[in-house]
Amino acid sequence: MSTQPILELKNVYSGYGSIKALKGISLKVMPGEIVAIIGANGAGKSTTLMTICGIVPVEKGEILYQGKVINKVLPEKLPVMGLCQVPEGRRIFPRLTVMENLRLGAFYRDDTSQIMKDIQHSYEMFPILGERKSQKGGTLSGGEQQMLAIARALMTKPKVLLLDEPSLGLAPIIVQQIFDIISQINKEEGTTILLVEQNANLALHAASRGYVVETGEITLEDEASSLLSNPKIREAYLGE
Amino acid sequence: MIQEFKKVWKPYTIGMLWLLGLLWPLLGIHPDGTLTFQKTITVWSYLLAGSFVCLMIYVLKGTDSLKFIADPISRAAGNIKTTSTALPTWVWLAAGLIVALIYPQFAGRYGTDVAISVLLYICLGLGLNVVVGLAGMLDLGYIAFYGVGAYTYAILNTVYGLGFWVCLPLSALTACIAGCIVGYPTLRMRGDYLAIVTLGFGEIIRIILNNWMELTNGPNGILGIKPIGIFLPVFENGFTFEHFWMKKLQLFYYFALGLAIVAAICVHRLNFSRVGRAWESIREDETAAELMGVNTFIYKLLAYAMGAIFAGLAGAFFAARMRFVSPESFTFLESAMVLCMVVLGGMGSIPGIILGVAALIALPEIFREFESYRMLIFGATMVIMMLFRPAGLIPAKRVGTRSEEKEG
Repeated sequence: MSTQPILELKNVYSGYGSIKALKGISLKVMPGEIVAIIGANGAGKSTTLMTICGIVPVEKGEILYQGKVINKVLPEKLPVMGLCQVPEGRRIFPRLTVMENLRLGAFYRDDTSQIMKDIQHSYEMFPILGERKSQKGGTLSGGEQQMLAIARALMTKPKVLLLDEPSLGLAPIIVQQIFDIISQINKEEGTTILLVEQNANLALHAASRGYVVETGEITLEDEASSLLSNPKIREAYLGE
Repeated sequence: MIQEFKKVWKPYTIGMLWLLGLLWPLLGIHPDGTLTFQKTITVWSYLLAGSFVCLMIYVLKGTDSLKFIADPISRAAGNIKTTSTALPTWVWLAAGLIVALIYPQFAGRYGTDVAISVLLYICLGLGLNVVVGLAGMLDLGYIAFYGVGAYTYAILNTVYGLGFWVCLPLSALTACIAGCIVGYPTLRMRGDYLAIVTLGFGEIIRIILNNWMELTNGPNGILGIKPIGIFLPVFENGFTFEHFWMKKLQLFYYFALGLAIVAAICVHRLNFSRVGRAWESIREDETAAELMGVNTFIYKLLAYAMGAIFAGLAGAFFAARMRFVSPESFTFLESAMVLCMVVLGGMGSIPGIILGVAALIALPEIFREFESYRMLIFGATMVIMMLFRPAGLIPAKRVGTRSEEKEG
């Protein structure tokens, strides 16, 4: 593992108007690893991802991607650079077909033949999407929509994939399936993954390292296995 | 059957009583203060009888008592449907084009005049469809760009004497610039807020046209605009071109037809391009589109400008045909009408919009005899349409249409 982090946040402040959601977040993501951010509702987990993607503007601090500051980079430029987010609540395009959803993932690319190959590849990875390729996105089930959202993000060929609550509102068996796919993407494609999750147990089992966020600040940072055995974490987030 | 009838009689009675309550103030109260009941009761009893027959047929259909009639009808409808889908699309397009080309030979002056209106509104509707149907931005001030296009031609022609063909692209350009100027500050807003702001900007442009006496002659409007001039080859004593003023209504009709066809082809091509895909993603979910690398601001501005260009072209043509422009032609009601046409026909669907325009222009003309009830019937038609076909007359088909997706 190289020593330079692929994504780094240095003392980042951001928020919505007078509401300060992030009060100095610092974290590092190394190439090829899975990092989990866990925390309660309203702790600032999703805001962290939205700030990285430039949807919520940074007030103070620096966001570095591959050693470059990306504070002022427009959100639509990030997929070109290899940074893509699967937003919370899936947010697929409901009235477009599965195929068109995937095609939009490759919006910035113009290599049509390679795009078609990549679409075929996502159908192999998610066979259910292949079966439903001409169905409208809004008619898929929750789990299928989550798969579509992940497949759509993978169409941008990301180096770093930001996942926001992939388990939200899904049945446990589907959640397990989604997490298997996440590990598979990490191992097979070598994609770095930054995962935001409320389900701390699952997230820490999938991740190599973890951060705990409370009211906009990082309160704890450790290897995932040590976080899992940390009695405070067990009490606060694992319900024991 | 009695059982079935028992289920519906209550809402039916309430509905008819409600209708009576609605009709009486319209028909029974006279301006001189007298109250009558005779006319209301007569009209109401006709409606009662008519709707009762419809209700009976509906109930009978529910109990399968009308099978002997309904079955052959549905079979015939099925047959028509299979034959219509069996023929390729170009056959229908060619048939439509031929009908459109020979139409003015059969229609009188009045019919051609209505048809020109229809074609102009098709151009406007297609332009608004780009903004509302594809990019999903509710624009309530659209007619302002129509006004900008019309005034551009009117002023350039009467003051500087420029011809129509020079002014046509200039009208499109000024409308496009106006669209960008209005769009740049407003497009950061979404949904309802955008609708209110566009409504405001539409009114601002109309009020400017109304009050800038030096430039637009204010509410008096601009008179004496030249019609379209064309050069036709003449073969007497050698080969020369002679200049004609297009004063004949039929020639106007063909030009409007050309404009509408160009607009339809443009919108069709845009819809199935990369740009169209970006617009649709913005309509579906703006944040997600941004995360996928769509520059939402530029594409929204582009949609707005494209819509304005079509409106500008239609506006220049409108000025050339009427040979008179005044701010009264560009009120909010016109914006609302165009929006109604797009929504009624089916957002995002080109044949739908053509049908929607035809319905909304033709219906008031057909119901001309009913004079003061015209708008009432118009409103009722809209309500009924939205109840039974909420996605529009011909909803947009969205499955497997883009070229590169056929191979996939």
